[in-house]
Amino acid sequence: MTDVPVPKPPRAHPGYGRLTPLWFLLPAVVALFAIGIYPTLFALVTSLRQYNIARVRDGFPFVGLANYATVLTDPTFWQTLGRTGAFFCVALPFEIAFGLGIALLLHRPGLDFLRALTRVSLVIPLATTYAVVGLLGRLIFNRDFGVANSLIGLFGFPAFDWLGDVNGAFAAICIMDVWQWTPFCALIFLSGLSMVPVEIEEAAQLETGSRWALLTHVQLPYLLPGFTAMLILRSADVLKLFDVVFTMTRGGPGAATELISIYIQRVGFRVFDLGVASAQALLLLVITIVLARVYIRFFYREIE
Amino acid sequence: MPSRSAGRLLHGLGLLAVFAVTVFPTYWMVSSSFKTQSDLLASPPVWLFTPTLANYADVFADQKVVNAVVNSLIVAVFSTGLSVLLGTPAAFALARYDFRGKSDLWFWFISNRFVSPIVLALPIYILARNLGLLDTHLVLILVYITFILPIVIWIATDQFRSIPKELEEAARLEGASQFAIFWRIYLPLGLPGIAVSAIFGFIFSWNELLYALVLTRRDVQTAPVVATSFMSGYELPWGKIMATGTVIVLPVTIFALLVSRHMVRGLTMGATK
Repeated sequence: MTDVPVPKPPRAHPGYGRLTPLWFLLPAVVALFAIGIYPTLFALVTSLRQYNIARVRDGFPFVGLANYATVLTDPTFWQTLGRTGAFFCVALPFEIAFGLGIALLLHRPGLDFLRALTRVSLVIPLATTYAVVGLLGRLIFNRDFGVANSLIGLFGFPAFDWLGDVNGAFAAICIMDVWQWTPFCALIFLSGLSMVPVEIEEAAQLETGSRWALLTHVQLPYLLPGFTAMLILRSADVLKLFDVVFTMTRGGPGAATELISIYIQRVGFRVFDLGVASAQALLLLVITIVLARVYIRFFYREIE
Repeated sequence: MPSRSAGRLLHGLGLLAVFAVTVFPTYWMVSSSFKTQSDLLASPPVWLFTPTLANYADVFADQKVVNAVVNSLIVAVFSTGLSVLLGTPAAFALARYDFRGKSDLWFWFISNRFVSPIVLALPIYILARNLGLLDTHLVLILVYITFILPIVIWIATDQFRSIPKELEEAARLEGASQFAIFWRIYLPLGLPGIAVSAIFGFIFSWNELLYALVLTRRDVQTAPVVATSFMSGYELPWGKIMATGTVIVLPVTIFALLVSRHMVRGLTMGATK
């Protein structure tokens, strides 16, 4: 009797092989693997070698972890990382504060046409090519004929050499970032606000005349998930930030606006020390993956 | 009620202020593109001026700019098209099957949103150089696929999961193959989401600067690279730069306005809805 084959339990998808999902997934996985993972492994190997294109005659000897030691003891690396953090800490609070204000303005009933117009206009900064934002920044913040100086002139401030000054250049890239990304925060907050059930909001409005109480007690719980999303997405974006700063200041004056991406680009493509640059890039990748883990744990649980 | 109309006034003024600040840099770019060099260099800047089309004539006469726009178009269309081709079947599998390692695979797809382009710029540059792929459309298309594919997979999975299972079961009873179910049911019904993801992919590809800068030399320079390349020399051709900027930004702005309702979804890859 034991020889009688036990009938297999019916499959979840009758008539279809277990390998079916594989065939659907394979093209995407192979493509991402070939274009994403292979270069990463290549970078790993490069980071263990002395690999300076400017000194090819030395060959590319294996140097172990020397490049990592160089990076970790390189004050400039930590400075640029710190500067990137400072940029995040300066720009993001403005983006969040303005974004929340804009979202509240857009959420408030009345003036439908103006609200719709403003809401649509928020898309424009988000779509503007980053390199063009940088070029525009150079025009707007020009010392001699920039419109920024004529605007601050209205308030009695003297003309200022924004991009030639250490703090001015940093402020200028922050301002352009705030311009470009505040709409992102505003749109996220707006979608949070629209999740508040209308009845609850109206009841609360009758209960209390205070807008502040309405915001902190009724709307805030709906805004928090978006707030965390902003924190993490923007931090990932700031680590990636390259185009705007590269076109606007190239990291200057001096190193005033040299953020981490700009620095790695300089070491790799202007100093041509690919070994060290690869080590830097991989350390940045580790930071990014830790961030991504945290982020995905928070937000993408639903798929499991 | 006076306080009510005062509130309305403040509301309106606030909205107008937001609108003005949001639109101003773009307005400044477009208006600068119609200025003569002497108007551009005027200090303080001029707000009223006689517009000129000379900058646009200059831009369209410049073979470099025209080529760059064509290059950008080729790269954006192919990288987006291939990403949709590769990504939609994967999204179908993620939306409709359960299998081991699904969440790891998912994590891997999504984590591409976080990886800084600079991380892979160096190895890809060296590999492309060794393979003789520098300054070709192909290398840019391949690189952009890694960025666009995750967006397509995310949005398409989301869209596919909202398609009622009954349709699929009915088709199965009639003996349709899995591929036919994907091709005849999921693809057409998921088209709106796929279109949105394609537009996001196009915008990404069109705007990208770092890889385009690193991997191209002369023939395949894309529009952002060319716009950036004007930034050298003592007296910058601001009119031409701004006209080029306008030519680059205009198409993506139109695209973005088309998907404006999905903007948040695309930029966060669905973290908030």
